[in-house]
Amino acid sequence: MTTTLVSASQTRAAAGLARYLQRFAEAERAGTATSAAWLMPLRRAAMDRFAAVGFPTTRDEDWRFTNVSPIAQTEFRAAPTAPAPLPAEAIAPFLFPGLEGVRLVFVDGRFAPHLSSTGAAAGLVVRSLAEALTAERSVLQLHLGRYAEPQHDPFCALNTAFLEDGAYVSISAGTLLEDPIHLLYVSTAAGAPTMAHPRNLILTGENCQAAILEDYVSLGEGVHFTNSVTELVVGDNGVVSHYHLERENRQAFHISRLRSEQARSSTLTSHSVLLGGALVRRNMHPILAGEGGECLINGLFMPRGRQHMDNFMRVEHASPHCDSRQVFKGILDGQAHGVFHGRIIVHKDAQKTDAKQTNMNLLLSEEAQIDSKPQLEIYADDVKCTHGATIGQINEDAVFYLRSRGLSAAVARALLLFAFAGESLKRMKVAPVRRRLEQLVSEWLPQGNLLEGMD
Amino acid sequence: MLEIRNLHVTVNNRKILKGVNLSVKPGEVHSIMGPNGSGKSTLAHVLAGRDGYAVTEGTILYRGKDLLAMAPEERACEGVFLAFQYPVEIPGINGTYFLKAALNAIRKYHGQEELDAMDFLALVKQKMKLLDVDDRLLNRSVNEGFSGGEKKRNEIFQMAILQPSLAVLDETDSGLDIDALKVVAGGVNALRSPDRAIVVVTHYQRLLNYIVPDFVHVLVDGRIVKSGGKELALELESQGYAAVEAECRALAAASI
Ligand SMILES: Nc1ncnc2c1ncn2[C@@H]1O[C@H](COP(=O)(O)OP(=O)(O)OP(=O)(O)O)[C@@H](O)[C@H]1O
Ligand SMILES: [Mg+2]
Repeated sequence: MTTTLVSASQTRAAAGLARYLQRFAEAERAGTATSAAWLMPLRRAAMDRFAAVGFPTTRDEDWRFTNVSPIAQTEFRAAPTAPAPLPAEAIAPFLFPGLEGVRLVFVDGRFAPHLSSTGAAAGLVVRSLAEALTAERSVLQLHLGRYAEPQHDPFCALNTAFLEDGAYVSISAGTLLEDPIHLLYVSTAAGAPTMAHPRNLILTGENCQAAILEDYVSLGEGVHFTNSVTELVVGDNGVVSHYHLERENRQAFHISRLRSEQARSSTLTSHSVLLGGALVRRNMHPILAGEGGECLINGLFMPRGRQHMDNFMRVEHASPHCDSRQVFKGILDGQAHGVFHGRIIVHKDAQKTDAKQTNMNLLLSEEAQIDSKPQLEIYADDVKCTHGATIGQINEDAVFYLRSRGLSAAVARALLLFAFAGESLKRMKVAPVRRRLEQLVSEWLPQGNLLEGMD
Repeated sequence: MLEIRNLHVTVNNRKILKGVNLSVKPGEVHSIMGPNGSGKSTLAHVLAGRDGYAVTEGTILYRGKDLLAMAPEERACEGVFLAFQYPVEIPGINGTYFLKAALNAIRKYHGQEELDAMDFLALVKQKMKLLDVDDRLLNRSVNEGFSGGEKKRNEIFQMAILQPSLAVLDETDSGLDIDALKVVAGGVNALRSPDRAIVVVTHYQRLLNYIVPDFVHVLVDGRIVKSGGKELALELESQGYAAVEAECRALAAASI
């Protein structure tokens, strides 16, 4: 009985794999608009890797709590290459008030120049990756695919195999960017299931200061699959913040990866806010490569209904005197399932590492579920590594206290939830981004509409 | 104002209150004294509407209405205020924001216009002076990291802002040094008026030197065993609860 079930799902997975191989062959034949020939070996190697390992299953340790068979079993197509252009009004609801800087918009994975404003800031190059593949070839050959390694994750392999477009950002040494860069990924999600594999490369030189916001949205309610990979390089002494906002529709499959590489004495703060999607996996893989680097990974995930959200950290300390902080908060409602998997790897030369990980979760319903798993791999001897996880309910004493002062039970609960989430939001220093995120989070909370004028 | 009749309360299947009777009229200050575990806080929580207390018998009328049928926030809006023995720390909720939200919820309930930020601030400034409250406390999260004394003072500060009709103070004196005690008592006395009532729950007579009660009740093992004027508090102070308990036991034995 069991064997038949397994083989049936294996057959389906094999069929899924065959579809990707076929799509890859088609893309290869068509030589797609952007396929710089130099890229072919990278893509082919990634496809071979994916063909060899296939989709992960829950038997893989790194995927124990997340079953991706709905992705494997759905037939996704690339969106048409020349769709009718979206009118500007279509993306208006997704813009951040107060963000006046550079904006790149991608529609179903492809750069949409008429919706974007690349501006002209000194020291900054922003363009679509598709253009950069030829225009910035020498830089890309040096960096693209050098950090995010397909062998770490079949989805990263898939992204690399289907790599076509995304954002290319290069900030030259000493540049202080005033305005955050908004990268908006729009899925039209109108008809049959589509997929997109956005690939971003962000290079910042020495002594740079910059903020980047990746923002994933859907226009329609249809099923779609976003599989994005971002490679981010922070130069010596740089101060970079990165925001990742997932607010796609409730049918969306969203797999994303941030692979960052930090040079000496650099600071990276990375924030992820997961609100949308049906099945979401957020992979973060920072490597503290230079001495004295600091990395804060701040996360807030709020699944409800049947949403599944998995946060997978792999924080690597490769040099001495680096600090890393992971602070993840989950608010889970309905039958939602959350995962926090925090792996810290301290290499043998990374003495004086200070790594800390906390994961706090609030379960709002009986059926909501969280799996929290720390994992420390320490090969150096003089290090400080701590981790802690809590799972709790809303504090009823606090609810009563607030009610006893005249606030309704609904407002009291909403306030307490917002306060819980607020700790994550407060760590976000880019004001227009934080303010909008505060709004989105309070709207997302049950009864969050009651929280007017809260700050 | 408040009419408690034959109140029986069970917590986790344990009988805590066993027939409490208490009648409080507008303008009066009542003190409830009693040893540890006698049920003082239980009574206070039942008045405020805390979950988990089962009223198995008896009634509570507040201004002629059935208090027990009201939700906690409804009681607050109707003018019932509990100063907690152990105020709850609420990280992440700004004290001023909270208080403004509470005051406006109550105003809205009465069909009054909400106070804007300016008017609210003026009110806050005035009450802060009255209670000698530090600005710092207000801009922090509600009670978070406050000392015991700061929490108690903050309760009375909230009371001064919300202006309840019936204030129940549960051991507001504990944790206060004598100067703070005088300030807090001043805040409570400022609220005294012919149409308000105050119930002061305390262990020690000390606070009653500054908030002089009209009536003192002794609660022992879930019953009010003795009531009297303010001199009863002094008597308790000098003789201890043991004497009252013994006296009551003797009375009970005699009546069997
Ligand atoms: N949740 C509970 N479950 C079981 N017993 C409880 C609970 N809460 C209170 N009690 C018990 O009820 C009794 C009365 O408690 P209460 O807090 O009302 O006393 P109190 O008079 O306020 O005491 P104190 O002077 O120490 O403040 C005590 O014996 C206490 O242990
Ligand atoms: Mg008590």
